[in-house]
Amino acid sequence: MTQSIALNLVQLAFVLGLSPLFAGVLARCKEIVQSKRGPSILQPYRDLYKLIGKEERLPEQSSWIFRTTPYLVFATPLVVTLLIPVLTDFPLFFAFAGDMLAVGFIFAISGFFFALAAIDAGNPYGAMGASRTRMVGFLAEPVLIIVLFTVSFVASSTIPYIVQQHWVHPVSNLFAPSHVLLLVAFFMIILTETGRLPVDNPSGHFELAMIDESKALEFSGRSAALVKYGGYMKFVVLAVVFLNVLTTPWGLANDAALLSILAAIGFVALKILVLVALIVIVESSYAKLRLFRIADFLAGAFVVSVTAMLAELLHL
Amino acid sequence: MTPLGELNALVLGFFIVATIAMTVTRQVGACLQVFIVQSLLLAASAFLLGAVPFSWHLFALGCVTLLSKALVIPWLLRWLVPGEIYRKREIGRTLDTPATLLAALALTFAGYFFAQHLVKAAPNLSAGNVSMGFAALLVGLLVLAVRVEAVPQLLGILAMENAAFLAGIAIAPDFPLIAELAIAFDVPLLAFIVALLTRIAYRRMGTTEVGALSTLRERSR
Repeated sequence: MTQSIALNLVQLAFVLGLSPLFAGVLARCKEIVQSKRGPSILQPYRDLYKLIGKEERLPEQSSWIFRTTPYLVFATPLVVTLLIPVLTDFPLFFAFAGDMLAVGFIFAISGFFFALAAIDAGNPYGAMGASRTRMVGFLAEPVLIIVLFTVSFVASSTIPYIVQQHWVHPVSNLFAPSHVLLLVAFFMIILTETGRLPVDNPSGHFELAMIDESKALEFSGRSAALVKYGGYMKFVVLAVVFLNVLTTPWGLANDAALLSILAAIGFVALKILVLVALIVIVESSYAKLRLFRIADFLAGAFVVSVTAMLAELLHL
Repeated sequence: MTPLGELNALVLGFFIVATIAMTVTRQVGACLQVFIVQSLLLAASAFLLGAVPFSWHLFALGCVTLLSKALVIPWLLRWLVPGEIYRKREIGRTLDTPATLLAALALTFAGYFFAQHLVKAAPNLSAGNVSMGFAALLVGLLVLAVRVEAVPQLLGILAMENAAFLAGIAIAPDFPLIAELAIAFDVPLLAFIVALLTRIAYRRMGTTEVGALSTLRERSR
């Protein structure tokens, strides 16, 4: 038991330690694609360090919601990390404490408080961003639920560790139409949930066009660092669910030996970098959608996910 | 299911998604590209079904599809229809995107359940091809119903034709080749005529909206 708790801590350290790096690589690669040099891939670490050292200012009318939200946004990806297979393919201490539906709900808690905090700050852009995120969020919800339904039909479980074993056994499971379509839908959800193009422009600085970022405008100092860090970790956690549970469940440690854990860290980091490259391609080739076209984008994701479920139910 | 059968199932899944995508892509050019993808998927399904047991009819059909639908028809349409039409967004659609997608999903289900009777009647055919072919046929009809520009309408007819073939290659794998060749000539000819008409209509009227063309207009020059 101590061993599996220790491994859980290693997983937490992986997500905590490397998530800013992936954000840095993503930003750098995007700049390189646009023939610019871009900041160093270590820039997110420096940003976080700088922000932690700065003085924090609170809006005058804000309440406890505004003050506690950064900690919540920071903590939720870490809680989710305990439930999912980040480095090992055998269940760890908290593996059966919650399934993939719980992952969705835990993220919903932080999303809810983040939206409240944005309104709490009293900045009109915050309220606008909050209402927009809610709109995008409730359109993305049905897709996520259908994806999870399909997963539970296919693997007869929604516990990530069990789902992951299902794709490994006959490799042909990986190419079943229901699985491939499910991946497409889930990838669209990742783009939506982490505020990437074509849904939201992560590098935009124009408040009127912001969706995700305008909620964080009023945070400063340590709160800003926590909110940013939480965002980086959320991306890594969703990427891990996508890669280790749904797409490529290989390269994970199957025993607790030090060497296999180190190899797993390398493999998982490599897989996330490949996903980052894919996102760079998507972000460089699509323009941001108008707000009311996002419904169309997510309707597309919904159709793909329903087709995936159909394909599974009809034994296509 | 054999590995080839599973690969075929994957192709079928993408085929139905491509057909649904044809109902909602806004740009006419994108609609044409999705049609090319759909034709490639039809050819892939023919090759996969024709591999084991080997059937040269299906291989010939795949080659004919590649040649006529993925190469000749897109080239004819690009060549004859003015480029502005492909860059234009289609605005005057009869249904908005989410409603279209929901209708397409409903038709997919309906197509599947209609096809079940056929599958029951002849149990040794590739059930997936028949049911997805039927579903795509109905979705192709939806393309005709919701799109107003001439080129997407033509592409809708061709998508229905692809869907009928998708079901057809499972029902009659030893389809006489002469029929395949006849269709291979017939369909590009249809595309040629419609493209030519579209070109003339666009020159004269400045629009290719099919609904707008039904009213007679006399304009003094």
